[in-house]
Amino acid sequence: MSEAKTLLEVKGLKQYFDVNLGFFRSKPLKAVDDVSFSIRKGETLGLVGESGCGKTTVGRSILHLYKPTAGQVIYDGKEINSKESLREFRKKATMVFQDPYSSLNPRMTVSDIVAEPLDVHNLCADKKQREERVLELMGYVGLNSEHASRYAHEFSGGQRQRIGIARALAVNPEFIVCDEPVSALDVSIQAQVINMFEDLQDKLGLTYLFIAHDLLVVRHISDRIAVMYLGKMVELADADEIYTHPLHPYSRSLLSAVPLPDPVKARANKRIVLNGDIPSPLNAPSGCPFRTRCPNATAKCAESMPPFEEVEKGHFVACHRVKEIG
Amino acid sequence: MALLEVSNLRTSFFTDAGEVKAVDGVSFELDRGRVLGIVGESGSGKSVTAYSIMQILAPTGKIVGGSVKLNGQELVGAGENVLRTVRGNRVSIIFQDPMTSLNPTYTIGHQLEEAIRLHTPRNRRQARERALELLVLVNVNEPAKRLKQYPYELSGGMRQRVMIAMALACEPDILIADEPTTALDVTIQAQILELMQDLQRKLGMAIIMITHDLGVVAQMCDEIIVMYAGSICERGTADEIFYNPHHEYTKGLMRSIPRDENNGERLKPISGTPIDLLNMPAGCPFAPRCDNAMKICLTQRAETMQLSPTHSACCWVNVRDAQNEGTKSPAEGGEARE
Repeated sequence: MSEAKTLLEVKGLKQYFDVNLGFFRSKPLKAVDDVSFSIRKGETLGLVGESGCGKTTVGRSILHLYKPTAGQVIYDGKEINSKESLREFRKKATMVFQDPYSSLNPRMTVSDIVAEPLDVHNLCADKKQREERVLELMGYVGLNSEHASRYAHEFSGGQRQRIGIARALAVNPEFIVCDEPVSALDVSIQAQVINMFEDLQDKLGLTYLFIAHDLLVVRHISDRIAVMYLGKMVELADADEIYTHPLHPYSRSLLSAVPLPDPVKARANKRIVLNGDIPSPLNAPSGCPFRTRCPNATAKCAESMPPFEEVEKGHFVACHRVKEIG
Repeated sequence: MALLEVSNLRTSFFTDAGEVKAVDGVSFELDRGRVLGIVGESGSGKSVTAYSIMQILAPTGKIVGGSVKLNGQELVGAGENVLRTVRGNRVSIIFQDPMTSLNPTYTIGHQLEEAIRLHTPRNRRQARERALELLVLVNVNEPAKRLKQYPYELSGGMRQRVMIAMALACEPDILIADEPTTALDVTIQAQILELMQDLQRKLGMAIIMITHDLGVVAQMCDEIIVMYAGSICERGTADEIFYNPHHEYTKGLMRSIPRDENNGERLKPISGTPIDLLNMPAGCPFAPRCDNAMKICLTQRAETMQLSPTHSACCWVNVRDAQNEGTKSPAEGGEARE
């Protein structure tokens, strides 16, 4: 895996939103604050964190669904900074959304939903070609031709998610941002969709940024995992490495908090229960954002944000005290 | 006598499209101080079972048969005045979404006091003291300040603590928790589960934990009921369900979740789509999705087979295995078919 080339590089990505406080006062909400990482061709990078940590915003900013406040997104060696580069980029990078109920237009038939990216990018010469392509795409995700003329409301959650995936595949992308694609689905359907993601990756050579809060699912599907907290990336390492040997105190408590579907292990599991709640991103603590809940915080942690450094090969951590404690 | 006895409970919703049998013949008992988990997918009837016990169903829903006995007292068909002494006093419930279950226009203190004064003969001052006590019990920080705050000022985890405090106001015998942590983040979920375990030990109440998260039941529950399409497929202790599942649906669930054991392997999903409750098959409701379905599964429901004093399953495959293997213990019969 390590010799594979870098497909996408994110450097110093910042995404601030202005929050109106009334009376012409506003304050930037730092949803994503100085995040850098890269994704290799053909890998799945899992992105985990709790609600409000900015993981969805990272995915959307990469695709320029929001214009990033600062930072660079470099895809295949080319920076995405102009209208033309963005247009090309959008043919290679697509997205699967979390909620299969609100992300499909209820007034369009399935074939129109799946073909919409084809129409937008003028990828089909004629009607016949368009139809063939739609059927091919639906075949990829396990739907058949009789589904093509139906509407989204006629399908179950799992099937709708398949439609969303077929749409994402329409432009023949290389890179897909999967934003919580299975969290709205029932357990027995989740596994079907996860397997489908894996099959499509093998078949089409896709690269995924897989955003989710279900840590067991992320571990299963990802090659590497990044952990975010309050807009910052705090740890990035191989999936197994981060599970067996997490270095950042937040990752440790996050992983120990996962309820294991195994009674004996669950009873033996020593949870590191954090005190308090995540601070609001509008009033993020100075220095390291985690210091208010961190059991090891010192004065230094309040002064400066620790750099995101490679402490072991391929294992990045942002913590001042990682060397003493880790 | 068990604290709660539910037998052959049937609840239906009468919709324009027809009768939806949301709960179809559910029976179980719950003893004092036990934690019972009910797991199932959406539409399996787990929440409706709980709402039927409390009789807080939507207007279209109706209990059409069976009985619910609390301490020997029949609740199905009992009058509103009887139910009012049960709800909140002896059985209370907390819901999934703590934001929508609190009134946004009143302070936390007001809402807690209201619950306390409705159920116990306390005056305003005593109620306020009790409210403070309850917030301390559920580990809310700065409890005196919280009493004066509105729900929007609290975080999700804090609101769920307030809901738990409200549910505990009268020291109920049974606390029903309907997906109490589904809307919360993992680290906050860990806090709330810890709190519930702690309170359960302290106050000795029984808990019915309704969830779709197998991790949560593994951690919390003594006993587990697995539901599918309105009926119970399998019931047993946590260890029996997780390490020795006997119903094909339970086995399928265990194979389809990512665990340490199958790390790096492909998941084995349950095929097909969830059942349509308006078009229930004649036989076992799981048969259309079951890889090992036999002819009889499509036409007839299996009877519940007792596998151990605590473990029972409702699956023809077990019946066949028991017949085939004669004297062999049913525990081994289930594994041989993999």
